[in-house]
Amino acid sequence: MSDAQPIKAANGARDDAIISVQDVVVRYGDKTILDGVNLDVRPGETMVIMGASGSGKSTLLRRIMGLEKPTSGHIFVKGVDITTASEKELNDIRRIMGISFQSAALFNSMTLGDNVALPLREHTNLAESTIKLMTRMKLGQVGLAEAENLLPSQLSGGMRKRASVARAIAMDPEILLFDEPSAGLDPIIAAEIDGLILQLKSAFKMTIVVVTHELASAFLIADRMCMLRFGKMLAVGTKDEIRNSEHPRIRQFLDRIPDKISGGQDEYLQSLTKL
Amino acid sequence: MSFLASVGRGSIERAEYIGGLTIQFYRGVAAAWRVNPVRGNRQRWRSTLKHMAIVGVDALPVVCLIAACTGLIMALQGGAELRRFGAMQFVINLVAVSMTRELGPLITAIVVVGRSGSAFSAEIGTMVVTEEVDALRSMALDPIEFLLAPKFIAMMVMLPCLTIAANAAGILAGGIFIYFSLDMGLQLYLRAAMDALVLRDVISGLIKSIAFGTIIVHVGCYEGFHVAGGPEGVGRSTTAAVVKSIFLVVLADLLFTGFFYFFWP
Repeated sequence: MSDAQPIKAANGARDDAIISVQDVVVRYGDKTILDGVNLDVRPGETMVIMGASGSGKSTLLRRIMGLEKPTSGHIFVKGVDITTASEKELNDIRRIMGISFQSAALFNSMTLGDNVALPLREHTNLAESTIKLMTRMKLGQVGLAEAENLLPSQLSGGMRKRASVARAIAMDPEILLFDEPSAGLDPIIAAEIDGLILQLKSAFKMTIVVVTHELASAFLIADRMCMLRFGKMLAVGTKDEIRNSEHPRIRQFLDRIPDKISGGQDEYLQSLTKL
Repeated sequence: MSFLASVGRGSIERAEYIGGLTIQFYRGVAAAWRVNPVRGNRQRWRSTLKHMAIVGVDALPVVCLIAACTGLIMALQGGAELRRFGAMQFVINLVAVSMTRELGPLITAIVVVGRSGSAFSAEIGTMVVTEEVDALRSMALDPIEFLLAPKFIAMMVMLPCLTIAANAAGILAGGIFIYFSLDMGLQLYLRAAMDALVLRDVISGLIKSIAFGTIIVHVGCYEGFHVAGGPEGVGRSTTAAVVKSIFLVVLADLLFTGFFYFFWP
């Protein structure tokens, strides 16, 4: 599908966007997770989706990957509407996308090498020796060249995360998605992951979408960023536009202000006595 | 009104479950066809062989042991009653016919539900919780083809094999009782047992075992794919897989037995 032309219909993909999210609504029962979200990602840029827990960031990312369909709205990836695409069309699109899941999601029964080699073995007719070489190269890119024969259970959290990046870039995707790349990692390893994302961007000109709530990391890697709150898109803009935003909710997020300023100790003790 | 509502909700849930199973079954058959040995994929065959070993070979000792105990129990219970009529030789027919037609397939299926149905559900359920199934889909790999089809093929091959082994073990164990109570040699016993059986008895048992295998694989995998609520959801769905599989196996047994009774006497 790499030669697919963008559709320029009224409700089609916008001209310059590689990913175009349009009026996406996601509802479970009477609970609205995403409420009319719009977002355009341009080729080659790094878009960071920020927001508090439960704001619908990961939900949006899963919809962009086509893992689930939105209740309404459209998502275009390279001009193909993945909300109406058949499973086969969807699989064609997925081959140019890679995703690194929050929990790394490595196959626990396979070695790291096999994890990375899996998409190559499944989707290409390359000789086993070539696949071995490519696997070693991809693992080398994330600094895990020696860990090829280890099982995921033998790795630390940071190594697992890096391995999942190696698997995501195995097929040289044009679009790379990250779900909370630095969640649960110590600051040093989190910085390593940020560095890895910057490297991938500069070396391979990949379009990268990152979901995170780590402010430092977000401002380091982003070209543009957006902020979700309770399923609504508060703002989309460059780093500086977001950093200088006057929007109270964005300021609250950036300045780390809690929702309710708690009272003194007396008030806290009183609240404990209430049934 | 709340009674009506709960009946209605329950019915809809059951219908949804059966519908989901049916869809999964069709996709499973299509996927099993795609990975068949002639045009199949090397990776999938390795996985299929691995599952054949786990589902079939590893289960052989426990299936045979339980089937042998069942055969012996049948002989003892039958003997206690038939002794009063001086019809001890009919114990042979009782054991041979009831093992091949009914108990062999059923006992095997129940052991395999406990060993493999629960394992399928736990394996796939864990993969759902750790996002591994999503990772498969994000790599444009069909989880049904990747996870279910190898198990399906392995079960279709191995459950009938296990059933034959269980039949043999049960009938042989019956022979022990006959040897001690009637002082009849094993060779003579086996010939009598063979005379009591017709091919239909064995075939109908094997047809049942194929149906049971289908149920075990699909209920186990369905429960796994539909895990909700993290790690403790895996435990719940594993329990549900075992309970639902056993219920559906017994129900299918009843249907098949009824069918054979009326249409293939």
